[in-house]
Amino acid sequence: MGHKPDGEREPVLSVRHLRVEFPTRHATLVALDDVSFDIAPGEVLGVVGESGAGKSMTGNAVIQLLEPPGHIAGGEIHLAGRRIDDLAEEDFVPLRGRHIGMIFQDPLTSLNPLFSIGDQLVETIRAHLPMNERQARERALALLREVGIPAPETRLDSYPHQFSGGMRQRVVIALALAAEPELIIADEPTTALDVSVQAQILALLKRVCAERGAAVMLVTHDMGVIAETADRVAVMYAGRLIEIGPVNEVIRRPQHPYSEGLMASIPGLAERHERLYQIEGAMPRLAAIPAGCAFNPRCPHAVERCRIERPELLPAGAGQAACWLHDPENPVARRDAPRDTQEVTR
Amino acid sequence: MSQTQPVPSAEGGEVLLEATDLARHFDVSKPWLNRVLERAEKLTLKAVDGVSFTIRRGETLALVGESGCGKSTVARLIVGLYGLTRGRLVFDGQEISDLARRSGRQSAAIRQRFQMIFQDPYASLNPLWRVGTIIGEPLRFFRPEMSSVDRRRRVGELLEQVGMSAADANRYPHEFSGGQRQRISIARALANEPEFMVCDEPTSALDVSVQAQILNLMKDLQQEYGLTYLFISHDMAVVKHMADRIAVMYLGRIAEIAPAEALFATPHHPYSRMLLAAVPSLEGEGRERTTIEGEVPNPVHPPSGCAFHPRCPHANERCRAEVPALIARSDGSEVACHAVEEGRID
Repeated sequence: MGHKPDGEREPVLSVRHLRVEFPTRHATLVALDDVSFDIAPGEVLGVVGESGAGKSMTGNAVIQLLEPPGHIAGGEIHLAGRRIDDLAEEDFVPLRGRHIGMIFQDPLTSLNPLFSIGDQLVETIRAHLPMNERQARERALALLREVGIPAPETRLDSYPHQFSGGMRQRVVIALALAAEPELIIADEPTTALDVSVQAQILALLKRVCAERGAAVMLVTHDMGVIAETADRVAVMYAGRLIEIGPVNEVIRRPQHPYSEGLMASIPGLAERHERLYQIEGAMPRLAAIPAGCAFNPRCPHAVERCRIERPELLPAGAGQAACWLHDPENPVARRDAPRDTQEVTR
Repeated sequence: MSQTQPVPSAEGGEVLLEATDLARHFDVSKPWLNRVLERAEKLTLKAVDGVSFTIRRGETLALVGESGCGKSTVARLIVGLYGLTRGRLVFDGQEISDLARRSGRQSAAIRQRFQMIFQDPYASLNPLWRVGTIIGEPLRFFRPEMSSVDRRRRVGELLEQVGMSAADANRYPHEFSGGQRQRISIARALANEPEFMVCDEPTSALDVSVQAQILNLMKDLQQEYGLTYLFISHDMAVVKHMADRIAVMYLGRIAEIAPAEALFATPHHPYSRMLLAAVPSLEGEGRERTTIEGEVPNPVHPPSGCAFHPRCPHANERCRAEVPALIARSDGSEVACHAVEEGRID
């Protein structure tokens, strides 16, 4: 990974003004609208949002696995300085696995049930690295040992159904790491797992990526997972990136009213309130995203400007938020009246 | 244990549901021919094996545990979706142990007093029925004398109670979001003014902001109608928000049952401690998340003695041999652990 002349490390992944569209019979749905972010080497970027916010879509767009008729309609994606969003499918195939590893939610569907995990690992390793069968098998053993599979020699010939859920996800991580990719996209890697196993898998994912300097894009709806694992977090809403910043800042001092409501609506272990803070209404459907700021109908601070003009990401706190509250010239005033009695101090 | 009168419990509230030594075993053996040819034994899955608890009127008892611990099976035993293999259920002084074998009409009087809310609001509503028909069904069944005009009026009232509009009765389930569908499920459950609701992971399929709305609604309804909840969840933070008392289950048994504040302040059972420590914390720093070693064993072949002993740092010979019973402690909790009983840990 080269250094830029100004001493700043070149990001592994750089997404600029990404736009994904789904043409339908009635209208063109904009699933991702002007999404921009970077991930530095060794950094874990958490991407959070509710279902339909576009977080998985972002990962799928980066690795070009969008379901047709969805397609990238604008913007650029650069991987280690090389533009990849305009590559044809046959030029993109060698990138998957070799440069971008992928970990999905359900380990049972990402492993082939008909092949032993040893075969699957060896196949993946040999597809990407110049190794013979014996070397690849050695490497598979080392990988399984690294992801914490006990007695890997005896498990190499086991089939996926013979593993428990947590062990399967370890195998999937081993597969994703097999060719030492620069970027790992982990899409809800622990959602299918129990909480006790979740902690093990997250610690593992974080350790192996840090050791290799791989960048991680961690897509999840679980703020707890983000709080523990990510360095920075990007909050998505209705296909747009509405806030991005250091993880502790976004969790403690969210700058966008949506992130603020989201953090306050999570029941915590530390305190107990009679009622949880609730954001009224629901996220708009893609076919009916309001003009201006997509959050304006649910926002307690919204004014006329929010209904007309869409805010860009503006500097806010230690990060950036797409909200006119943070307009440096003419900020919208906060209105605190409609708030519940519950404070948002986390 | 023949009680016809509601018995006042230690804390004053009258006991609404008493479960004694509930057990449900499932036959998971291979078919007869395979057993003969492969000389395989009969296999029994003891999903629930000796679970006892009481629920007082107006309180919320939560069952928590990881997948496969039997919490959902307990819910289904109580509402009579599964028959009991062993044990006894008494609801408000009436024996309901044979509910699963009774026909709907025979048990109508008792059945309409409790209702169940399921986890998946997509699977629990008939997609071919209009919302009004779905919510009106329990009314048609339990109150056949009600005129259709009255029924429509009642359905409208129910929809408004759960924060929807009476006009939604004419729409179909697919027109609603997950949170709205769960509101419809709640409206259906409320139709016959039940006293007791069994809620099996009612918010696990929902986003956090929607979860906050549903949890608040459930609390409001509880206050308004004096409802009693059996609340099943794997999410400790949600349980902390909702429950008065909490039962922690592990492999078909209760490991610890305690008032909510006591459990979160000083969990006694090593499993409860680990479960609490494994919850990802939004606060991030300050509390190191300890990882539990290992995973939940296969319940078809549970470990001998205390089922938790292979993962327990305090296990000794006795734990490997002898199943611990729930023993009451002075702080109002009951713990099934030899180490706690012997004072090896506090």
